[in-house]
Amino acid sequence: MPLYGFIFYLLGGIMLAATLLAITSRHIMHAIVYLIVSFFGMAPVFYLLGAPLLALMEIIIYAGAIMVLFIFIVMMLKIEVTPASARGWLRQWAPALALTAVSAAIMIFLIWQAPAPQKVLPLAMAGPQKFGRFVYHRYWFAVEIASFLLFVALVGAYYLGRREPGSEDQS
Amino acid sequence: MIVPLSHVLILASLLFLMGAACAVARRNLIMILVGVEIMLNAAALALVAGSLYWGALDGQAFVIFIFAVAASEVAVGLALIIYAQRRTGSVMADDYSHLKG
Repeated sequence: MPLYGFIFYLLGGIMLAATLLAITSRHIMHAIVYLIVSFFGMAPVFYLLGAPLLALMEIIIYAGAIMVLFIFIVMMLKIEVTPASARGWLRQWAPALALTAVSAAIMIFLIWQAPAPQKVLPLAMAGPQKFGRFVYHRYWFAVEIASFLLFVALVGAYYLGRREPGSEDQS
Repeated sequence: MIVPLSHVLILASLLFLMGAACAVARRNLIMILVGVEIMLNAAALALVAGSLYWGALDGQAFVIFIFAVAASEVAVGLALIIYAQRRTGSVMADDYSHLKG
């Protein structure tokens, strides 16, 4: 059905445009809001590719939790806008753009000339129940490690973010 | 019968390279973390597409773990940025030059 393909290309265009605006925006808050748009576009793509649970988790975790954390930090730190200077901008972005262009050309060439991936993807859907059973059956140990990783991140973030008892600054 | 796998992979690689360029070129520490987030998200897209292409659920399972790694990385990274900002008063990567002799 060509409708699904049309939706995919539309969302891909939205994602590329929003990400491009995000990485070039001088206000950090604008960049983060553009990035939320990009992640909201990614969720229907996950749904089209047969992962409804991951689409929901993309919205809840990425566009919700992680980006809200970024917004809170940006509001907390009073970050000044990056000053606009053409020469500094060019000196900063020219190496990154050159490396990115070379890498993109190589990647697109390699993907394009491989014979197998030209086959059109099938329309399939893995329901949340089936997917959950699969994860907890096959990857239960990795789930435990991920939970331990989240716990360590919680303790580490608390340790780094706490105020020392002797310090007096109210920043 | 949606789109060829190569188109999804090209979209994922373009997003990944945009994130890499952001992480390389921006000097603000928060924007560097944002670039890492874009890269992780693009990798998740490639894994989901591969999972559909080969009809195996393993790719989607790895995306769950990518989400866990991204969440913990952002929490610790932002705590580190706050710590560094409290110590030095700046979030620009160029200002961290205390080791310069």
